[in-house]
Amino acid sequence: MDEKYQEYWKRNLTILVSLLIGWFVFSYGLGILLAEPLNSIRFGGFKMGFWFAQQGSQYAFIIIIFIYVYMMNRLDREFDVREE
Amino acid sequence: MDIQTWTFIIVGATFSLYIGIAIWSRAGTTKDFYVAGGAVHPLFNGMATAADWMSAGSFISMAGMIAFLGYDGSVYLMGWTGGYVLLALLLAPYLRKFGKFTVPDFVGDRYYSSGARMVAVFCAVFISFTYVAGQMRGTGIVFSRFLNVEIEIGVVIGMVIVFFYAVMGGMKGITYTQVAQYCVLIFAYLVPVIFISIMMTGTAIPQIGFGSTLEDGTYLLDRLDGLSEELGLVMYTSGDKPMIDVFFITAALMIGTAGLPHVIVRFFTVPLVRDARTSAGYALIFIVLLYSTAPALAAFAKVNLVDTVHNVEYSEVPEWFTNWEPTGLVEFNDLNNDGIIQYSGDPAVNELHIDPDIIVLANPEIANLPNWVIGLVAAGGLAAALSTAAGLLLVISTSVAHDLFKRTLKPNLSDKNELRIARVAAGGAVIVAGYFGIHPPGFVAQTIAFAFGLAAASFFPAIILGIFYKKMNKEGAIAGMVAGVVFTAGYIIFFTFIRPDLNNAENWLFGISPEGIGTLGMLLNMAIAVVVVRFTKEPPQHIQELVENIRVPGKRT
Repeated sequence: MDEKYQEYWKRNLTILVSLLIGWFVFSYGLGILLAEPLNSIRFGGFKMGFWFAQQGSQYAFIIIIFIYVYMMNRLDREFDVREE
Repeated sequence: MDIQTWTFIIVGATFSLYIGIAIWSRAGTTKDFYVAGGAVHPLFNGMATAADWMSAGSFISMAGMIAFLGYDGSVYLMGWTGGYVLLALLLAPYLRKFGKFTVPDFVGDRYYSSGARMVAVFCAVFISFTYVAGQMRGTGIVFSRFLNVEIEIGVVIGMVIVFFYAVMGGMKGITYTQVAQYCVLIFAYLVPVIFISIMMTGTAIPQIGFGSTLEDGTYLLDRLDGLSEELGLVMYTSGDKPMIDVFFITAALMIGTAGLPHVIVRFFTVPLVRDARTSAGYALIFIVLLYSTAPALAAFAKVNLVDTVHNVEYSEVPEWFTNWEPTGLVEFNDLNNDGIIQYSGDPAVNELHIDPDIIVLANPEIANLPNWVIGLVAAGGLAAALSTAAGLLLVISTSVAHDLFKRTLKPNLSDKNELRIARVAAGGAVIVAGYFGIHPPGFVAQTIAFAFGLAAASFFPAIILGIFYKKMNKEGAIAGMVAGVVFTAGYIIFFTFIRPDLNNAENWLFGISPEGIGTLGMLLNMAIAVVVVRFTKEPPQHIQELVENIRVPGKRT
């Protein structure tokens, strides 16, 4: 029984780490650290780095949370720990 | 109808709505009062969280700050939305599973120590009072500008309204009024921006209009960069803050967001762990609706503002300019006595002083929108300020009634008496907050640095370590929190009160401003906690079991 929970926790941590990497890349990565080089790429009136800092990062955050919700719901069912 | 009448009607209608909801949702038990009975639908909790979160500052000041900071203003946009990812992934589901009432509750139970609980109570109360004073002040300012009453009277009206639903309904009353307040504030924010987007760029979606062309065929953002160059302002799309400071401020705001007690407790109100996860996602959608619009508004308003007043003869200025002059938010100081307004980044030439708040407050007038839109903006600003104030006041009241009285001083207090104390504490907190709103203490101007920095350096690491590091013990957690708070508060106090003359990048530690120092405070907290834990006793068995239990949704003890 305990092993099942250990395994659940390990899988949970893997999901967290991969999604947090995405969180870091879309905000600190593209919006701050790489903003300057990205600003030479444009679409429409937007410079890419600026767009990620003021728009894109926010949309990415929403997508990341809903991927998390989806993956955790699946994990809960797989390990039969879903609350009723 | 004139602006005044419209404002009275719209503000009056929204206030009656809030009072109606308060009467309908009275709290009967402490569980109702603290966590709305734990039965809030995740979608409603998402809206309530968004209103709880978006303060007078987000509504009134943020777009203006971005308009003047350009790219550097992105720290607020990323910081105040990215924190929800941390909240959703690292805190909300586990705290929901823990299933108690307050943040100090978690800290006290997890670290089996009333000392830890007291440190947490102190941080929660201090952070909340810092933040709530600004909200009451914001309420007074909106009243005084739109309805021509004294700021003090505006604060008192705000107090009465909050008193009504926070004291009667507790979390239950607050939750459902916040749902209504979210609807009011988002509608009030979006309507003028959509109008302006259509007028300037021909598209109704501001997020797209932001990257589109103006009537003359140039892109809006290129126009802004051009204006910045012409007037000697900071380049709009690249900014001039050093990258390390942008990085640390963004991180401090994100971590602080995830550590603010009035936001965390909202996730105690949903029925299940999976509801807490979904609810954080909904909350972020509702928040991003405003936060992705704000930078578009900032860009529209800045171009509009410069076009309508720069190089214009003072006798020819549009009506809004003279309307807002008495408030001191716009000032014209004719340095060269030519009767023409010159706006410039060079202080020796600049004749126009603009308060960032004007961007949202006067925007409908600048863009010549109908009078009812102006009334709507007033109601939206009040909704934003009051909803945040109520959430903060509840944190103060629960910290006192539950953590101080029930859990520490008088453990056999009956539910009924605890509820009575909670109501009295909420009432007392409203009065103290109102007092601070009328006589704002010096630290209110540093709200962002203090509230977010301290939340980042105290709660966030204590909670994260409590969940993800099973062997973390009370000695480690307390040492970490104290070190984080002392370091962060000390740094902010030094640079803003003791030696404000030294407050510049040359003297900052690693070039990090007081706004961003909370990130370092958090790292210090964690480092000290992890070192102390190696030299002290490991936590008792039942605490380790508690940790294993909160990690798995359906697991029962």
